[in-house]
Amino acid sequence: MCVLQLGWKWMQNLIVEVMWTQKEEQKAGINQNLRREEGKPNQQTVWRRAKKRRMNRRARGEAGGRSKKMRMRVRKNRREEERKLSIPGREQQRKTSQRRRSPSSCSSSSDNNSDDESMSEGEMARLKEEVEEKKKLIATLRNKPWRMKRRLKCLKEAQEFVEKFEGALGKGKGRRLYAFKVMMTKKLIKFNRDFENFKTACIPWESRIKEVESHFGSSVASYFIFLRWMYGLNLVLFGFMFGLVVIPELLMGIPYGSIPRKTVPREEQDSAMDFSVLFEFGGYCKYSILFYGFYNNQRTIGFLQFRLPLSYLLVGVGIFGYSLMVVIRTMARNANEGGDGGDEGNFTFCWKLFTSWDYLIGNPETADNKFASTTTSFKESIVDEQENLKDENIHLRRFLRLLANVLILCCLAGSGYLIYAVVKRSQDFAKRDRNELTWLQKNEVEIVMSLLGLVCPPLFEAIAELEDYHPRIALKWQLGRIFALFLGNLYTFLFALFDEVNGKLENEKQIKNQTVWALKEYYANYTLQYNITENIPPPNIAPADVIRGPCWETEVGIEFVKLTVSDIQVTYLTILIGDFLRALIVRFLNYCWCWDLEAGFPSYAEFDISGNVLGLIFNQGMIWMGAFYAPGLVGINVLRLLSSMYYQCWAVMACNVPHERVFKASRSNNFYMGLLLLVLFLSLMPVIYSIMTLPPSFDCGPFSGKDKMYDVITETIDKDLPPFMADIFSYASNPGLIISVVLLMVWLAIYYLNAVSKAYQNSNLELKRKMQMQRDEEKNRRNNKDSTNQVMKDLEDLLPNKSLIPPPSVEETEKPAEQPSKSSKVTGKPGAAASGKGVHVQKDVSLAAANPRAPVTRAPGPRQPGPLPGNPRGPPPGQGMGRGRGGPPPRR
Amino acid sequence: MGNKQTIFTDEQLDAYQDCTFFTRKEILRLHGRYHELAPHLVPMDYTNDPDVKVPLALIVNMPELKENPFRNRIVESFSEDGQGNLSFNDFVDMFSVLSEMAPRELKAIYAFKIYDFNVDNYICKEDLEKTLNKLTKEELTPEEVNLVCEKAIEEADLDGDNKLSFADFENMISRAPDFLSTFHIRI
Repeated sequence: MCVLQLGWKWMQNLIVEVMWTQKEEQKAGINQNLRREEGKPNQQTVWRRAKKRRMNRRARGEAGGRSKKMRMRVRKNRREEERKLSIPGREQQRKTSQRRRSPSSCSSSSDNNSDDESMSEGEMARLKEEVEEKKKLIATLRNKPWRMKRRLKCLKEAQEFVEKFEGALGKGKGRRLYAFKVMMTKKLIKFNRDFENFKTACIPWESRIKEVESHFGSSVASYFIFLRWMYGLNLVLFGFMFGLVVIPELLMGIPYGSIPRKTVPREEQDSAMDFSVLFEFGGYCKYSILFYGFYNNQRTIGFLQFRLPLSYLLVGVGIFGYSLMVVIRTMARNANEGGDGGDEGNFTFCWKLFTSWDYLIGNPETADNKFASTTTSFKESIVDEQENLKDENIHLRRFLRLLANVLILCCLAGSGYLIYAVVKRSQDFAKRDRNELTWLQKNEVEIVMSLLGLVCPPLFEAIAELEDYHPRIALKWQLGRIFALFLGNLYTFLFALFDEVNGKLENEKQIKNQTVWALKEYYANYTLQYNITENIPPPNIAPADVIRGPCWETEVGIEFVKLTVSDIQVTYLTILIGDFLRALIVRFLNYCWCWDLEAGFPSYAEFDISGNVLGLIFNQGMIWMGAFYAPGLVGINVLRLLSSMYYQCWAVMACNVPHERVFKASRSNNFYMGLLLLVLFLSLMPVIYSIMTLPPSFDCGPFSGKDKMYDVITETIDKDLPPFMADIFSYASNPGLIISVVLLMVWLAIYYLNAVSKAYQNSNLELKRKMQMQRDEEKNRRNNKDSTNQVMKDLEDLLPNKSLIPPPSVEETEKPAEQPSKSSKVTGKPGAAASGKGVHVQKDVSLAAANPRAPVTRAPGPRQPGPLPGNPRGPPPGQGMGRGRGGPPPRR
Repeated sequence: MGNKQTIFTDEQLDAYQDCTFFTRKEILRLHGRYHELAPHLVPMDYTNDPDVKVPLALIVNMPELKENPFRNRIVESFSEDGQGNLSFNDFVDMFSVLSEMAPRELKAIYAFKIYDFNVDNYICKEDLEKTLNKLTKEELTPEEVNLVCEKAIEEADLDGDNKLSFADFENMISRAPDFLSTFHIRI
């Protein structure tokens, strides 16, 4: 019935089209107009060209007949299939083609005049669609879960199809362009991929960190990632400092030895090159480019008129600005990227089961570690789960945690008091003569500090055992507590430093008066001698002999550099002795010892995450504070971070053992960043304070001769900017106002970013809750349905079960069939092909049935080409499903 | 390896490139690796599609697979006969699916097949137990194993049949953060 109807319509259409063909030549002009209106201008010309091509081919004596026949066959095939499969679609197309009836369809399609090379527009469109689909299929073939054989076959067919029909279709003119486009997109994809690879290859130490991570877990790796991040930050700071301050001074400034501040004083010159002096950063080091005092107060230097003092101040402040920005941005990004590993609630065990094994692991040791860490992580989760199930000891636990916190607070208070007392004593000692004091009394503060730093962290750790937190949380607590302890350290250091600076300032005043007095004396003598009162030449004293002030900035800089260097030494020595030597002893004395050293008491060291992270953070604080007084400090720090990356990577791989409980680090190390931010503020304060309130030394540094350091800015505004700008600035030039405005802006920025990240977090939480609810709901619904509507459920279950129970039986029956094929393969090749094919087909069944729900869950896009109705030789549509379902009935 | 071009014809290489996530070079290297596994068995000339299969025992000894607790299952899932004998096509297929570029959906299908030890198209408790024991080298007590398997099924089973169908599995794995990064082998 349907077919008849279709035939009738076809005939109608045909008649109309034939009429159009006849009139075509007469109406060429009108046709063109119409075509333009149709918006399909080149359809006809293209078709003509295709025709021509075919004619040519025939003329060339190529097997035209065959090709035509084949074409015919294909077309016929397709038509049959179309009739069978997509009659509604076909009809619709017919209708549309009738409706359009454009002149371009002059080349009418018909079954009767089969030897002409034309098709209806509907067919054209359809063919085009098909070709497109085939192309899509080719593009997505690699995403199909098929056997390679089937894929290859499919590909071949699709390619043949495309090749055959693409030329015949509208691509004619645009073909080269199209090919070019395709090529370009391919190139672009490749380029993008390469670029991505390049970008990842540019991240330094990726493989190193991966190696550490595979052995020691992500928590240890998080330290190294933090270290690498710090290195990047310091590299930028180094770029600022050296590019804008040190290099200009080196290239364009006055050379060494020309003015007093750039010369070693006469009395120090003998010992200036001694190692012990240089090691303490005295002698030539002190009067070098590394420190504040070396820089001259010339307003501009070199032919570039580079304003060095201004640059110095701006860089000094800019370092803080940049660091602040980077830290806050990183924190915000981390906060957005997802919580602290807390989003694993839904599928903890499933994910652990199915994704915890890293298929990349190829090293037996790594594999062993992975086995161990997987086991521990499972155990952890089991413990968590059991804890969730029964919380009977909650009161005891709470009590223990409270007790632990009280103990630790006591410790902190005690150590705080100890530091306070020691500092006070040292101030008393300072008033006495230095020669009377014993070595112990001189170094009391340092000794107490380092003792506290040595004793307290393990003590805290021991107390933290009481709390019995998850190691991830325990690490945070530990970090926070040691941080509090170290703050005392920092505070005493700063206190002592400011005391010293104040003393130096007093001293400096005297020396300044002395020099002024000496100068006046010299002038007086000069006038007395030569009777000239004007144009007196400056006193002719060698720069090494000039009286000079203590230059407190350089002293502070030296203090920071010394501290940094000693920190480096201590860290490296600790690793060498505490880790390496211990490992050596444990490893080699184990052969001749009475108990098992490796498993027993000393054992190998664990990597101390909290200590290392805090060391890094406080070191960075020192750098921030000291960079203003010692521009070279940033360079030293870059070297330190670089070397410690390699050194610690080696040490951790060579001498440490993984933690007993390998735990996953929280994905964002915002906790580290938070501590870093705190330290940044703490180190910002003293520097800003010294810039704002303390007078710079009168005879050294880029700000000498000014009342305050920030006077450079006002000077620049006055001299370098046009007067009206100066007017504007004079209103706002109150430095206090400027600084406060800047600080306000910074705080606002922090506040804003914080708010944004909080909002994200909230929405995240909300979404998560919704998802959870939805999931629960779905579960409930299913369960309810299951329980209430038992009959329905049974019916429902019958359907999929029918199709899905058999596969194992198919598999079983398959196996005997495989055996001969296998044996035949061994004995003789020829027979193998046939039986292999048989196996292949059968196997296809089980493969297709493996994902019975795949068509539902997959996106519709790539799926379509498979069961394409017009596909002449491809697998029948829904073959997998069909066979999967169709298989059973004969069996039952 | 002097005459690289004669291993495959250009069409073959193009076809492989279209069907897998590999470049020409990588396919040739894969062939090299495949050849290395059984030099006496695998010919250097693949232009006429020889029907050669390398048995499981040789394949699981590749360094890429050697440490993998699921190596047998991987190879079995990709072999056409289900016994673990891999033709070169299967071999390429395996590493293509396990390559970095393969999409999540494809990987999920094969992961499901790999973890489905008894090939019944469901991951049932038995399969989970086997998976867990392989993952932890049987260091968990039976009670713990039981608990883990029950929890896993409880988490992922949406239709309440006490086993994981592919839909359940895909739903679960599509949200796993580490699946893509861990379910791949670089060769």
